Amino acid sequence: MNQDILVAILATAITAGTPILFAALGEILAERAGVLNLGVEGMMLVGAVCGFICALQTANPWAGMFLAMLAGGLLALIHAFLTVTMKANQVVSGLALTMFGTGLSGYLGKSYVGTALPVPFENYTVPVLGNIPLLGPVFFQHDPMVYISYLLVPALWFLIFRTKAGLHMRAVGENPAAADSVGVNVFLTRYIYVIAGGMLTGIGGAYLSLNYVPSWMENMTAGRGWIAVALVIFATWNPVHALWGSYLFGGIDALGFRLQTLNVLVSPYFLKMLPYLLTIAVLILVTRRNMVNRIGSPRALGLPYDREER
Amino acid sequence: MMTVFSGYVIEKRLVPSSTSFVIVPLVSIILALLVGAVFLVLSGHNFWEVYKVMFAGAFGSIYGITETIVKAIPLTITGLGVALAFRMQLWNIGGEGQLYMGAFAATWVALNFSDAEEWWVLPLMITLGMLAGGLWALVPAIPRAIWGVNEIITTLMLNYVAIFWVDYLVYGPWKDPNGYNFPLTAPFSPAAILPVLGHSRIHAGLFFGLFIALLFYIIIYHTRWGYEIRVCGESPDAARYAGININKNILLVMFVSGAVCGLAGMAEVSGIAHRLQHGLSTGYGYTAIIIAWLSRLHPFVIIVVAFLFGALQVGGYIVQTSGIPSSMVAMLQGLLLFFVLGGELLTNYRIARKTPAYSSGDDAS
Repeated sequence: MNQDILVAILATAITAGTPILFAALGEILAERAGVLNLGVEGMMLVGAVCGFICALQTANPWAGMFLAMLAGGLLALIHAFLTVTMKANQVVSGLALTMFGTGLSGYLGKSYVGTALPVPFENYTVPVLGNIPLLGPVFFQHDPMVYISYLLVPALWFLIFRTKAGLHMRAVGENPAAADSVGVNVFLTRYIYVIAGGMLTGIGGAYLSLNYVPSWMENMTAGRGWIAVALVIFATWNPVHALWGSYLFGGIDALGFRLQTLNVLVSPYFLKMLPYLLTIAVLILVTRRNMVNRIGSPRALGLPYDREER
Repeated sequence: MMTVFSGYVIEKRLVPSSTSFVIVPLVSIILALLVGAVFLVLSGHNFWEVYKVMFAGAFGSIYGITETIVKAIPLTITGLGVALAFRMQLWNIGGEGQLYMGAFAATWVALNFSDAEEWWVLPLMITLGMLAGGLWALVPAIPRAIWGVNEIITTLMLNYVAIFWVDYLVYGPWKDPNGYNFPLTAPFSPAAILPVLGHSRIHAGLFFGLFIALLFYIIIYHTRWGYEIRVCGESPDAARYAGININKNILLVMFVSGAVCGLAGMAEVSGIAHRLQHGLSTGYGYTAIIIAWLSRLHPFVIIVVAFLFGALQVGGYIVQTSGIPSSMVAMLQGLLLFFVLGGELLTNYRIARKTPAYSSGDDAS
């Protein structure tokens, strides 16, 4: 009995962590290329609402996922244009994106609030792996998006650390002038990874409205986009660390929810504070650890690149 | 140098253009309204009618104008609060939470001294409200000063914590027993309520905003401390070289920034709501960020911009009756900031005719 509850909580930790994972992976791509995008929360919300409306209209969650990806990429394009081409302040542009995305998603989703999604993703049990006791139900009895995220993590790790394209991405994030001088197109590289990051973030948002909840509510991300930004620092810009970091936060989410239903004596408002307090605590610990280990953010993160000033 | 059209290039201005300080915000407002119009038309509204009703609602009557000022009060105060931190490149995104904590502390005074019809109740609410907001801002400021922990994320996370804390109180121990189960506290006694102007809802918080704007103007441009803040913001290396204690300034500036946002919370409970309630602020602390940036952090400009944003909020509230979601205001605000950010390029760069002397191999980009 106790074991069943534990397995249920751990399995929920995976689904609760998946939207954060997609968003964090997207932000890793953008930041590795030197662009800080604080619009994650806004892109997730627009992804969530676009994905939901599209899935409802087409009765196909995959179509919803696809539109959410496009919407996220499109919003990221605004950020890329402002920060890369127009050299605007990356912090303020990202905040503007979050505010715009919050407003836009509320505007688009107004008449869909409270509608249930008739066509959520179905769970599939992975053959063989899904039958392993404990591990099977926790990791391998989920919907296809979870499996896609499993595959995405090693794929992005390989891209960043083992390919020429990844080398260029990191060079652009660390020292754009040097990358430029050996013929890497700094502007194009930044555009590509900011937009790709936005696409992943849009998927993360749609995962909330298409699977985790599944319905649309205003501001339904409730700060998950910001947690994803914090997670990128926690993960030291490495997709593999982002994986288990996401599940840690997903676990807190799942645990808080489970405790509420168990009628514990703690007020639900304190339980709701947990993920945010945890984010602060983890960020402090990780910043100290990174300082000791001399792991920093990509050196050109947040700085516009100006060829004349190299 | 980047080639835009053949024969023209974008080049950096030696001195930022002064005319664009005025033109960029004006053009940005028009462009934001135009893009907003596209969304309105796509969702089947007559955008001209909507904008007309919004404008008339905010400026068309004495009542509208006083309501615009009522909204402008918390926007001015929080705008000034976050702008002070932005001066030092400290990204205080936590104005919303600091406002709530200020409201919480002021309410604590009002509820605990509800029998005291004394003159000191309001000053005590102001003091504790500011102290609570300031301390709430110190929570992220301390790790930022010591270890360089990213204050954008920590200040933002604390917004959620502060709002849940107030929700806990108004849904739980502080809930008004005579409040028909609504999430609000008992109403304040008259001694805990800020005086109002005539028959309007404009309260003494207006003077808080004007006073702080004047105070910040003097501090930033005419004191040694203000000079230190500006140097820390513009060039931390220069500040360190000049022997300015950056960590001390981080703590001090964040405390004052949070205290001012806390004062906005005190003014909202004492001047408008007359009690603490769920959803006290409609995101003033976030809108404040846009206002501060649009005003280029200048205290007097913040008052003007806050007034315009107050009008936008009142107008947005009026058109809700004709089925326009309230989130349209947030959307317009985000759009406005996009255009202003894009316009900054025109302030710092200019499009010039390519001269032969300049056209080198670099133009290939």
